[in-house]
Amino acid sequence: MTKTKLIALMGASTLGMLMTASAVQAQQSGYLSILVDNGPQSIATMEAWAEAYKAMNPDVTIDIEVRPGGGEGDNIVKTRLATGAMADVFSYNSGSLFQAINPTQNLLPLTDEAFQDGVQDSFKSVVSAGGEVYGAPFAPAMGGGIFYNKPIYEELGLEIPTTWDEFMANNEAIKEAGKVAVIQTYADTWTSQLFVLSDFYNVLAEEPDFAEKFTANEAKFATTPAALRGFEKLQEVAEAGYFNADFGAATYADGVRMIAMGEGAHYPMLTFAVGAIAETAPDYLDDVGFFAQPGDSAENNGLTTWMPDSVYVAANTASPDLAKDFVAFIASPEGCDVRNEAVGATGPYMVAGCELPADVPPSVSDMLPYFQEGGQNAPALEFLSPVKGPALEQILVEVGTGSRDAASAAALYDEDVRKQAQQLGLEGW
Amino acid sequence: MSASTMAGSPNRAETRAIKRSPYPGWFFTPAAIIYSVLFLVPTFASLYFSLTRWTLFDSEFIGLENFAQFLREPFLIKGLINTVIYAAVTSGLKVVVGLLLAVMLTSQIVGRGYLRSVIFFPVLVSTVGVGITFTVLMHPTQGMINETLALFGIAGPGWLTDPNLALYSVALVDVWKGVGLATVIYIAGLVAIPQDYYEAARIDGATPWQNFWYVTLPLCRPATSTVITLSFIGGLRTFDLIWAMTKGGPGFASDTIASVIYKQYQAGFYGLSTAGNVVLFILIALLVVPLTMFLNRKQGHE
Repeated sequence: MTKTKLIALMGASTLGMLMTASAVQAQQSGYLSILVDNGPQSIATMEAWAEAYKAMNPDVTIDIEVRPGGGEGDNIVKTRLATGAMADVFSYNSGSLFQAINPTQNLLPLTDEAFQDGVQDSFKSVVSAGGEVYGAPFAPAMGGGIFYNKPIYEELGLEIPTTWDEFMANNEAIKEAGKVAVIQTYADTWTSQLFVLSDFYNVLAEEPDFAEKFTANEAKFATTPAALRGFEKLQEVAEAGYFNADFGAATYADGVRMIAMGEGAHYPMLTFAVGAIAETAPDYLDDVGFFAQPGDSAENNGLTTWMPDSVYVAANTASPDLAKDFVAFIASPEGCDVRNEAVGATGPYMVAGCELPADVPPSVSDMLPYFQEGGQNAPALEFLSPVKGPALEQILVEVGTGSRDAASAAALYDEDVRKQAQQLGLEGW
Repeated sequence: MSASTMAGSPNRAETRAIKRSPYPGWFFTPAAIIYSVLFLVPTFASLYFSLTRWTLFDSEFIGLENFAQFLREPFLIKGLINTVIYAAVTSGLKVVVGLLLAVMLTSQIVGRGYLRSVIFFPVLVSTVGVGITFTVLMHPTQGMINETLALFGIAGPGWLTDPNLALYSVALVDVWKGVGLATVIYIAGLVAIPQDYYEAARIDGATPWQNFWYVTLPLCRPATSTVITLSFIGGLRTFDLIWAMTKGGPGFASDTIASVIYKQYQAGFYGLSTAGNVVLFILIALLVVPLTMFLNRKQGHE
């Protein structure tokens, strides 16, 4: 550990990192409770951080509590915050869901903490409210796009598609070869949203101010052709019969297994699935590649990106200094090293000085060019607008199962969104 | 609510009655406190919060907006219709199947005790457990039901993944799980019918069918009304089985009011979901009160 600390000190180039490193050196003591979601990777990462932190600060006791993810997790976080029973440090979404937990009242501002100097501004913007920054990145950035099975692509001699038409042509070729072209997993309904959510780079390419207008109730999915395309794309894929036979009953875990083992050629998903593939089918990790969801023009091909979840400190914590110090450790290059060690690399970090190991899986290295200089990416809608309707996943399952067409689905979603906007008390709704 | 109105307006007769009682009035306070804290306060609070936009942190009064919203949503209306279909299908099937099983199990058949316990057994199993088990059995490609059908060359449907079928599949599982209780109620009802009627019918030369239609069926009407009321209310507020099997899906195809309410709550629309609960309360009252009155009046005439 001393060696890592030395390297961190030597490698520190910015003032912020110097300060982070020296803060880590000051010994802390006390008790810290942590609440983390029950994703296997989240637990493993948090446990590794706690162990590493305790090794540096032997007088600190850390308890990790686990909560469910998804809607149930939202309930628990909101209720515990409302009743003042939140753990000192907890992980939760950034972006629109972060806005819904009333951060100015419930969270401790971390704006002036030294570690924030090393955190990318794009991340800070999705954990800020009322002029204060409340979070630190819990994980690397993600992309939303399409995983593909490399052996199938090689066998059929297919190229990575850069337009939607090329993608559909690939699907046709795969179907003709008697294989499943597109994997869908509607037993976990949230997985149905990817075709629409990952299309947002293409929406912004045509309508750069869609997010602002959408938030202000001036632009709608149903009446903006570029935004409607995402719904239409799902309908096209569904109507062409490209799905796996059990798409209605398959789970996310099934999807991860299928794309890794070559039981299907494409799986639209967020890149955090790389971790799940590494967990369930480590031998097939090198068989899976990744590309952004193609738009209608080849020149403008870019990735829709997701900001990672964040760690927050509850406003009423009994030990604010210890909690802040622990969060600073998570958002330091050392914290990234611990994470790399524990669960491997899943994407580019949001913290300056954090390095990916040299041997990242192909699905991660396929994603990196979009983030680098000259690469094109844009954040998903939920990081540009606080408005996200809760029923999108069910509406898209209806499109995927053929019981609703794209246009009426988009119109229904526009209605669904109204409830969320009203609940947040936005202007113009 | 009517209880609260009475409690709120003590008239002279009540005061006199309390004075005449051998127990001091404050004996009522523990019960009154528990009743108010656990029932009256939440009931009135929820009536109030159903009129607000509520974030758990603060609430804004918006009048009947939530109810308007609830009734305007297309999938909420669908949930309403599904709820009534589900309640009608499950209670109807439980009456028919329960009565037939009860008739069979009160006759002289081999292994009667064993069969009775087998039929009652699903009632004892956890609903969520049953839901998960049947979800596996009803898997469209790897489920045991469709694999068995495939042996006979039949391509089984997507029991839970076909939007037109999902609600009925869940209803069938509900019947499988709940028919034991209906059967037990019917057995009690059938056993209570005096043998004299059957003897009289035999002297008149009644066929077994006539026996059933003109003697058994009318005389077990109390059991029928109990089964209908219980299973209809159970069907209206059903949630656990639907949530375990389909979560209201695919899409909104098997949503019931209870699952819609839960989803609004999950999404953080606390005011809207509270309004949904008030709607559910009113719907159950509107459907069940006339139903019980009808069933009880028929009973009085016999």
